[in-house]
Amino acid sequence: MRERKAWLNGRQRTLVLFLSALIFLGAITLWGQLFAEQAQVTDFSRKDLAPCARYPFGTDWMGRDMFLRTLTGLSMSIRIGLLAAGVSALAAAVLGTAAALGRTMDSAVTWLIDLVMGIPHILLLILISYACGKGFRGVVAGVALTHWTSLARVMRGEVLQLREAPYIKAAKKLGVGEFTLVCRHMLPHLFPQFLVGLILMFPHAILHEASITFLGFGLPPEQPAIGVILSESMKYLVMGKWWLAVFPGLLLVATVMLFDVAGESLRKLLDPGSAHM
Amino acid sequence: MKSYGVWAGKKIIRMMLLLLGVSLAAFWLVSVSPIDPLQANVGQVALGSMSQEQIARLEEYWGVDQPPLERYLAWAGDFFRGDMGDSLLYRQPVSHVIGVKLVNSLWLMAIAWLLSGLVGFVLGIGAGWNQGRLPDKLIRGYSLVMASTPAFWLALVLLIVFAVWLKWLPIGLSVPIGVEASGVTVLDRVRHAILPALTLSITGVSNIALHTREKVIEVMESDYVLFARARGEGVWSLLKNHVLRNIALPALTLQFGSISEIFGGSVLVEQIFSYPGLGQAAVTAGLGSDVPLLLGITVISAAIVFGGNLTANLLYGVVDPRIRKGEIRQ
Repeated sequence: MRERKAWLNGRQRTLVLFLSALIFLGAITLWGQLFAEQAQVTDFSRKDLAPCARYPFGTDWMGRDMFLRTLTGLSMSIRIGLLAAGVSALAAAVLGTAAALGRTMDSAVTWLIDLVMGIPHILLLILISYACGKGFRGVVAGVALTHWTSLARVMRGEVLQLREAPYIKAAKKLGVGEFTLVCRHMLPHLFPQFLVGLILMFPHAILHEASITFLGFGLPPEQPAIGVILSESMKYLVMGKWWLAVFPGLLLVATVMLFDVAGESLRKLLDPGSAHM
Repeated sequence: MKSYGVWAGKKIIRMMLLLLGVSLAAFWLVSVSPIDPLQANVGQVALGSMSQEQIARLEEYWGVDQPPLERYLAWAGDFFRGDMGDSLLYRQPVSHVIGVKLVNSLWLMAIAWLLSGLVGFVLGIGAGWNQGRLPDKLIRGYSLVMASTPAFWLALVLLIVFAVWLKWLPIGLSVPIGVEASGVTVLDRVRHAILPALTLSITGVSNIALHTREKVIEVMESDYVLFARARGEGVWSLLKNHVLRNIALPALTLQFGSISEIFGGSVLVEQIFSYPGLGQAAVTAGLGSDVPLLLGITVISAAIVFGGNLTANLLYGVVDPRIRKGEIRQ
């Protein structure tokens, strides 16, 4: 291997990557909220403009600035994702740990996981949205309540494996109390996995929020949600207004990928196996 | 051999119980909804002009006056006998609506399922085999981007390129407009299914490719592969005797587990291409408060997903002689 002198080592580079992803996402969230008012402004003197320097994403048939609308929509997606990831991560942690406590609990939890995973995700979102009487609440509840399954499965596996680990068994034999055992020996091992799982939940939550609003469940049409923007753009595609669909979608993909980058780099940073990269 | 039968039987019973759970959960979700089926389907104005007796009769018809548990038992009993109730929007038996839509969707989903499975598997092996080199980087990059791309946006982009700009393919529907049912050729159907199937396949590949890659890397780093290489085994024999055999089980699980995702993707994609399949019917039912249809679709799609998982489980026994003999449990 050729030696290359880099100004940052692998860990530092990963840290920079992680931080810039976080800063970028934070900027989108804040920016979108600050311009929420301006995103709603209609001005028919500038309608149907193709992307230009002043309006990088163009404008729509009501003269709304698509760039600001997209930012506001994404900002809302990220906030819903935040809530969903929080609720789901909590549920996953509780259920995953509970499953490790006993055989009956374990089969009950795995059964529940299989049950939720058995209904195609979009269909489950439609059902929950219907149960909440549609509207904003339905979207949030749906996205928040359905993303815990995979993380719960991971947590369950980890706890089960951990209980059999020699160092845990040794600690038990040495007479370490249950509480200390969990706090000092199990949590430090579980927490990084939990954190990474939490961040990697965002992309799914955001994509599902966009999908369900795209299908017309939930948010009213004047709301600048990313799904609403894309479903509106469908009506204008045939007239050649491609920018209404392409740019908001690209920014959505970029946002989702940034969360992926953030999660993966955090995994690398926390994993002792990659301490010397 | 006997223990394999018992094991398979247990799996089947478990699947039945899960299906029962799904129907209960779906029914519960629908019954806690604040959406009043009477208002949604008869209309506020019509309700206002009706007499109390008429309303009472309608309530009886919709089962609003009964407690949810009784309604569930009645519905489940009918369902078991094959009567899923009548769709409120299509004014036809639910089983009939689902039958027609399912055939349309199955086409689409089967093509996408096979295509994404095969391509994903091959790409995954290619990436894992060349770990760290250019093919791996390309395949991994593609998969990571595709995993972050919503299927419905990809569908829109494909629509812009192939239907609006190039005008090669039709914009939507499963058959041409204004042509009698008898005049629809197989070619028409294929032309209308290309874009939806392509969208589903392109996005479906990434997950399978990434997971297969992980498994291949795991195998390639094992001691037995190192030993086989030291013995001088060639690429083909290595692939056939060591890699493929060891990734067969996870690949099966992945392939059959992807049914749920393909179904979810088809809901969005069918909506965009106005392809009259099961996914579009689900959206219509959800938006239009067509409860019997929504419930029917949920149970049927869950049955398909569980059926896929079960098939994968049963195939383990066929693929792996150790499981067949009941030596190890999956």
